[in-house]
Amino acid sequence: MATSTEVVAQHSLQHHFANMEQQRESSTLGMWIFLVTEILFFGGLFTAYVVYRSMYPDVWEMGSTHMEFWPGTINTIVLLCSSLTVALSVRAAAMGAQKTTALLLLVTVLMGFGFCGIKAYEYHHHWVEGTIPGNLWHYNVAENPDGTHSVPPHELQLFFFLYFVMTGLHALHVIIGMCILSTIAFFAWKGKYTPEYHNPVHISGLYWHFVDLVWIFLYPLLYLIANKHV
Amino acid sequence: MSEHILPKRMYLLVWAALMGLMVLTAVLSRVPMGREVNTIIALIIAAIKATLVLLFFMHLKYESYKLSAVVFVAGFFWLLIFFGLTLTDYLSRHAFGAPH
Repeated sequence: MATSTEVVAQHSLQHHFANMEQQRESSTLGMWIFLVTEILFFGGLFTAYVVYRSMYPDVWEMGSTHMEFWPGTINTIVLLCSSLTVALSVRAAAMGAQKTTALLLLVTVLMGFGFCGIKAYEYHHHWVEGTIPGNLWHYNVAENPDGTHSVPPHELQLFFFLYFVMTGLHALHVIIGMCILSTIAFFAWKGKYTPEYHNPVHISGLYWHFVDLVWIFLYPLLYLIANKHV
Repeated sequence: MSEHILPKRMYLLVWAALMGLMVLTAVLSRVPMGREVNTIIALIIAAIKATLVLLFFMHLKYESYKLSAVVFVAGFFWLLIFFGLTLTDYLSRHAFGAPH
């Protein structure tokens, strides 16, 4: 006679897996393989960052003075807090507290909105300032008395190009993460997951933590180069 | 139970450590120690934060199935090759007088 949890477990076990344990391990492994491709994806941009920063260290320092300290720092706080709520939501799912899972994920998504809002404020600031690379660039690098520039203007565009691609790609991941977590929150609220079957919550959580990981490195590399005063 | 549940206190402690390290990196970035030293310190702190997230929030430390950790380490190792071989090229050009 199967108990009710075993019935649920059998229902959510796909036929090509031997048991729930193997199914869970397989989905976790698959997610890690995907995350490794993401590490290499962002790794290419970080490599470009390191190469050009080693070539133009002064430009990078000047570029960093265009980053506002508090928006970047608040966004770091927001993402670290959202990682906590995701970790707790996965824990709640493993305990079978699905309403808690849904609410914690909802809080996470709201923090995602907060992150994007602050990022939009910063992008708008760069728009007004004229530091968007390409045709929209109208920021004038200060000239020295002898007519030369304090830093090469084109290389400053290079910094901003990397800034927008790195933070833009990261923000895209945040938005995708928000969509995934909203979906998971919806299903959790509907009662789809059990302590035996909550792989979707777990691996979606891994995705969100990865987004946090990328920001952990972006924050010091973009915002904290120059010794400017707050 | 396929996966053991960690106490809530542990998650809160890791989060507190992450917040503390964030304050530390923000404060230390204001201390003039030379650009290189500041950057190295900031990267060490970021690496500690990343390790905390990986081990505790992402459960690498507690995953019963160790292959996930192997996959991550392999990916990270590849990233080091990526950085390492690229930089041996770019950073040595100047030293050996090769054209940039």
